[in-house]
Amino acid sequence: MSTFMQQLINGITLGSIYALISLGYTMVYGIIKLINFAHGDIFMVGAYIAYLSVTYLKLGLIPSLIISMMFCSILGMLIEKFAYKPLRNSPRISALITAIGVSLLLENLMQIVMGADSRVFPRLVDEKNYHLFQSKIVINNKQIYLLIITIILMIILNFVVKRTKVGKAMRAVSQDMDAARLMGINVDTTISYTFAIGSALAAAAGVLVGLYYNTINPLMGVLPGLKAFIAAVFGGIGIIPGAMLGGFSLGIIETLVSGYGSSMYKDAVAFALLILILIIKPSGLLGKNIKEKV
Amino acid sequence: MKKRLLVYSVFIIVLYLIIMLLIKIGIIDDYIKLNLFLIMLNIILAVSLNLINGITGQFSLGHAGFMAIGAYTTAVLTTLEKPVPFYLTVLIGGLFAMICGLIIGLPVLRLRGDYLAIATLGFGEIIRVIIQNIDYLGGASGISDIPQGIDWTGYFVITVLSVVVILNIINSSFGRAMIAIREDEIAAEAMGINTTLYKVLAFMIGAFFAGVAGSIYSGSFGFIQPDMFNFFKSIDILVIVVLGGLGSISGSIISAIVLTIISALLQDYPAVRMVLYSIILIIIMLFRPQGLMGTKEIKLSKLIPIGGEKNA
Repeated sequence: MSTFMQQLINGITLGSIYALISLGYTMVYGIIKLINFAHGDIFMVGAYIAYLSVTYLKLGLIPSLIISMMFCSILGMLIEKFAYKPLRNSPRISALITAIGVSLLLENLMQIVMGADSRVFPRLVDEKNYHLFQSKIVINNKQIYLLIITIILMIILNFVVKRTKVGKAMRAVSQDMDAARLMGINVDTTISYTFAIGSALAAAAGVLVGLYYNTINPLMGVLPGLKAFIAAVFGGIGIIPGAMLGGFSLGIIETLVSGYGSSMYKDAVAFALLILILIIKPSGLLGKNIKEKV
Repeated sequence: MKKRLLVYSVFIIVLYLIIMLLIKIGIIDDYIKLNLFLIMLNIILAVSLNLINGITGQFSLGHAGFMAIGAYTTAVLTTLEKPVPFYLTVLIGGLFAMICGLIIGLPVLRLRGDYLAIATLGFGEIIRVIIQNIDYLGGASGISDIPQGIDWTGYFVITVLSVVVILNIINSSFGRAMIAIREDEIAAEAMGINTTLYKVLAFMIGAFFAGVAGSIYSGSFGFIQPDMFNFFKSIDILVIVVLGGLGSISGSIISAIVLTIISALLQDYPAVRMVLYSIILIIIMLFRPQGLMGTKEIKLSKLIPIGGEKNA
């Protein structure tokens, strides 16, 4: 039982990272129906920006988190403007291939600029372990930081989407882009904002991963990016609460698999989960079935 | 028709003889020969992926997984105590990949577009992870000392056979059905085409040739490990197909040759090579999404006037 609780706590920690990344996937997919393959690499760039600002500017956790989020918002908007916007009316496969291209570009540019080796992420907080229930369960203070920052960001996102004008425009555009345009909403700006917000969340996840695992490398975004996409599909892509649900579930499932089975199989299990959900309920756990238009 | 066949045969035989001669004289050294092998491999992989992605319009990202199946089949069968003859293992590897293509294709091909892409990507990775976790297959460090069972002639013959078979499939009624599915799946279904059958068939044939490519890879390079067949390998093949034109077999062949040469020149700078690949992908999609050739084919018989076929 205590092992289970321990795995559950680790799973929630991992899941909050997946949830943060998959929010960006889901928002972008909800609006322009594009799987933004480069999203996982924005996550990686976020980690590197924080690394640089900690090492060279000697900043603390929160300032470097904010710098990294701002940088990645701009990066996300630029990518959208130059790579995805010209393809708005092309077949979706063209946009998907472009997204793969952008993803490769970010990974390899980072390899050229920063080198292909892993780097040690500076220790920003002193590690403390809290022992609970006669020290059967251990909680790390980093895990607590991670969870708190994730929850704060999610509350902010919820506020932005539900209460602000930008959020209202985003919901309108994801409902029906043409109708929204007729109602006087600037669709391009709204899409730009969506990319900015999604990328900022990914950057935050990147910084938290750097903090938690102490190591970053240019390819660190590939697998978490794919996993976060799986999480988004699992919860129902395009639905924000679905992304959170999917992220946490995937994190917990993954740690349980590595806790009770083999950690080698955890990636395979994630992909198997994706294929199962696509076959059984393609719209995801929280999604509704939509009839296909001819 | 006969004239066209003659032109093609003569061209292929002359090409084979020239390169054979160059190898014999020593102008083509081992290094160039290695890259020739890679070009041939990439042609098989690209043409077979094009059958799935370009001709049938089903976007698959798991080609490297099928290649891994073929590669490991050959590696295992030729390192047994009583080794199976190499060319038999190529066939077995291909068939094995084909069966996996059937098993994967039946459920997954119900999905469309980007979902299909992700699901096939997932399957490719699952195949790789499973191989990595089987101790008998050497785990992450792979299998080395695979006996070399193929030379230039074998490579050439297998490549030509693959291309000819796939071209014949495309030009048959099967191919017409596949193209119909690419153009409009719902309309094709309404016209009485069994779309599931043809989609799964294309997937299986593509998987077969990917398996064959994997087999001859391990039979000529002597060393394989699971990481060689990861997601990035699938992307490599995708870049070739997209650059050449989704739906153009000659485009795939040309871009396989060009991109393999570029990779060979840049092999000391892998990151630069990948940056170049990614920029090619983005630029192609932005400015010429149909690829260099679109769906057009270069017909040899049209280039050579004697063999020209007026109403081709």
